[in-house]
Amino acid sequence: MKADPKGVLSGVHFIDGDHAACEGALAAGCRFVAGYPITPSTEIVERFAARIPKVGGVFIQMEDELAASIAIQGGVWAGHKVMNVTSGPGLSLMMEHLGYAAMTETPCVWVDVQRGGPSTGLPTLPAQADMMQIKWGSHGDYEIIALSPNSPQECFDLMIKAFNLSEEYRCPVFLMMDEVVGHMTERVNIPPADQIEITDRKWTTKKPGEYKAYATTSEDLVPEMVKAGDGYRIHVTGLTHDERGYPAMDVPNQAKLIPRLLNKIRNNTEQLLDVRMDGCDDADVIVMSFGITSRVATAAIEAARAKGLKVGNLRLIICWPFPVKLIQQLAEKVKAFVVPELNMGQMVLEVRKAVEGKVKVISVPHPGGTVHEPETILEQIIEAAR
Amino acid sequence: MSESLDLRLALAETELENPVLPYLRQDRIPHIWCPGCGIGTSVNCFCRALTDSGLDLNKVAIVSGIGCTGRTAGYLNLDSFHTTHGRAIPFATGLKLGNPELNVVVYSGDGDLFAIGGNHFFHAARRNMDILVICVNNFTYGMTGGQVAPTTPVGPTQTTMPLGNFESPFNLPFIADACGATYVSRWTVYHVRQLAKAMKEALGKKGFRFIEVMSPCPTLYSRRNRLGDGVDQVKYYKESSVIKNGADTKDIGLGFQGEIVVGKFVDRERPTWLESMNDHFSHVLGDQFTPYGVKPEGE
Amino acid sequence: MTVEDTARKGKGTVFVRMEVCKGCSYCIDFCPTHALDFSKEFNQKGYHFPELNRPEDCTGCDLCGLFCPDFAIFGARWKDLDEKRQQAASQVKL
Repeated sequence: MKADPKGVLSGVHFIDGDHAACEGALAAGCRFVAGYPITPSTEIVERFAARIPKVGGVFIQMEDELAASIAIQGGVWAGHKVMNVTSGPGLSLMMEHLGYAAMTETPCVWVDVQRGGPSTGLPTLPAQADMMQIKWGSHGDYEIIALSPNSPQECFDLMIKAFNLSEEYRCPVFLMMDEVVGHMTERVNIPPADQIEITDRKWTTKKPGEYKAYATTSEDLVPEMVKAGDGYRIHVTGLTHDERGYPAMDVPNQAKLIPRLLNKIRNNTEQLLDVRMDGCDDADVIVMSFGITSRVATAAIEAARAKGLKVGNLRLIICWPFPVKLIQQLAEKVKAFVVPELNMGQMVLEVRKAVEGKVKVISVPHPGGTVHEPETILEQIIEAAR
Repeated sequence: MSESLDLRLALAETELENPVLPYLRQDRIPHIWCPGCGIGTSVNCFCRALTDSGLDLNKVAIVSGIGCTGRTAGYLNLDSFHTTHGRAIPFATGLKLGNPELNVVVYSGDGDLFAIGGNHFFHAARRNMDILVICVNNFTYGMTGGQVAPTTPVGPTQTTMPLGNFESPFNLPFIADACGATYVSRWTVYHVRQLAKAMKEALGKKGFRFIEVMSPCPTLYSRRNRLGDGVDQVKYYKESSVIKNGADTKDIGLGFQGEIVVGKFVDRERPTWLESMNDHFSHVLGDQFTPYGVKPEGE
Repeated sequence: MTVEDTARKGKGTVFVRMEVCKGCSYCIDFCPTHALDFSKEFNQKGYHFPELNRPEDCTGCDLCGLFCPDFAIFGARWKDLDEKRQQAASQVKL
């Protein structure tokens, strides 16, 4: 289906990534946000609070991040598309509700405008150090999807994609921004509503009585959904549950439910592949990056190419699920991977895991607070090509 | 002729089922609550209140947190949500604002609502969020084995207060009153008719409504403090309760096995959060704003 | 559940689903006319369940039904039961 024109501010804008992300959510059909202020993400909810009265919907500022991250899920079960906006310390508080959304298969978008950590860290300065937290931070086994924009335009575009994926897979989908992307002002082109594709919720066509809230088939691991108030009398619980949604705390039900929650995403890793590749076919060295670091990496790659080195540029748009197969294929052809990121070495672990020691994997860590110097990355590219 | 009479009698007998059964997910009964636990009694009263309220049950949703009372959502044949520990109220807030047509009831325990979830209670009451909160207060953490709760009176032993509790407890109606609730009452599971009536009354009212239900925990609280079985606690409720409608909530704190003031303490009108939002935006934005969650007349 | 209408001694009667009873004795202790006692037998889970030992005292007030935490008992007045039957019978005729 096409986007609801009410939420689409078509035209060319000069706005920052936070504002663009908000416009992306409105274009995607988000009409309910429960927020809690935290730097550097606050502008997203501020814009939402200002825009929503005329678009038609609700914004409420909750008392804390715990409340915000579960109130949005109440909104989902009332039928809304919702977004949860925060940064590191808030994200840490929200971890239990990440697990709740994964367990109850509540479609929702989580925006993390990353700042330096741990703890209060660097509130106004960038990092990319929450990449493992979103993957592993809630207890138990679960899967999420994460996208990483590197410009305000992508904050808009990928926000819509994040909403669409959350509906398709019924899982939390992260938009992993960072302080620089969030506060960087650039040209953002918002297309007309009829050019924006929106994925509708996977509403059931079954009647009450025939419908089972968590019934799936072997071909389709994503259950159909209903909302409260439609006569289905659903039960939703964070406990291990059976097809009816009833608590069923035993080994067979756990053995059925948890693999399904993981496999509905893991089995679709190929469909969820979203990368930008440039010059990777005949490269000796591939630089893998994501988000704001990809812009610095590109400068370093160009400098290396100017020196005659064959360097490929691989940028992850979807970071989770990680494109293991692609990395493995590339590892057959290249001498080394160079992985710059605004953390002390997180996604590089995935690269190492994928290549299984076949080629060199060089981490270019950074404790955050600013971006890399291109020269730092360039040095490692030269080292890798040796 | 006699055959058809038998048929009629058989038909009549099938209708003679417990009047609360249609409100329950019968395939989940018997429930997990211990013999003599009062939560089931409160649920029983709630079912009667639903009957008497005349509400469309497809538009009633129930939200629980974690704990013994937190299991209530799972037994009621309504749209029901068993959320995380302490967060039933914010979930209910999202559900209500997401679809204002729903009558949203939070049904949870004292630890869930007032320890881990305390902050949410205060703010939902302050905002006058349009939800009914029913707190079954058994003065302890039942599900985890009888630890001290924010409602435990001074004196009794709990597993984490092995020498007796020395912390001051909350006076729940006083908190609800101070935070701005539109309806506040306290009953015990001895007062089944009054409780069912209060629940019906609260279901029909707008704004943040609060009912405290005192209920025995025979397995942990009573046994550890040599208070007998569940029924012995209910007998204590019977003997020590005084009905004082309109009592000043600051005067009705609970001591260990002391006097219990029950009744309806607060019943007032305040605009709900959504009413305030709609009024405010209509005033400021005029025609640019369409009130949210309000059905156009005639629908 | 059967209607023991052969012996209509009181104004009403009770219906017990003994299999879900947990023997808490709320119904027995708070019956306004003290018409109920514990059974001598056990149910499948090992609990004694209520029995209407003094049917002449039962008013069918259903206070036991309100008290029961396990939805195992409820009371009804004969008058109401007869009305229900008549309704059902008239529906069959139609």
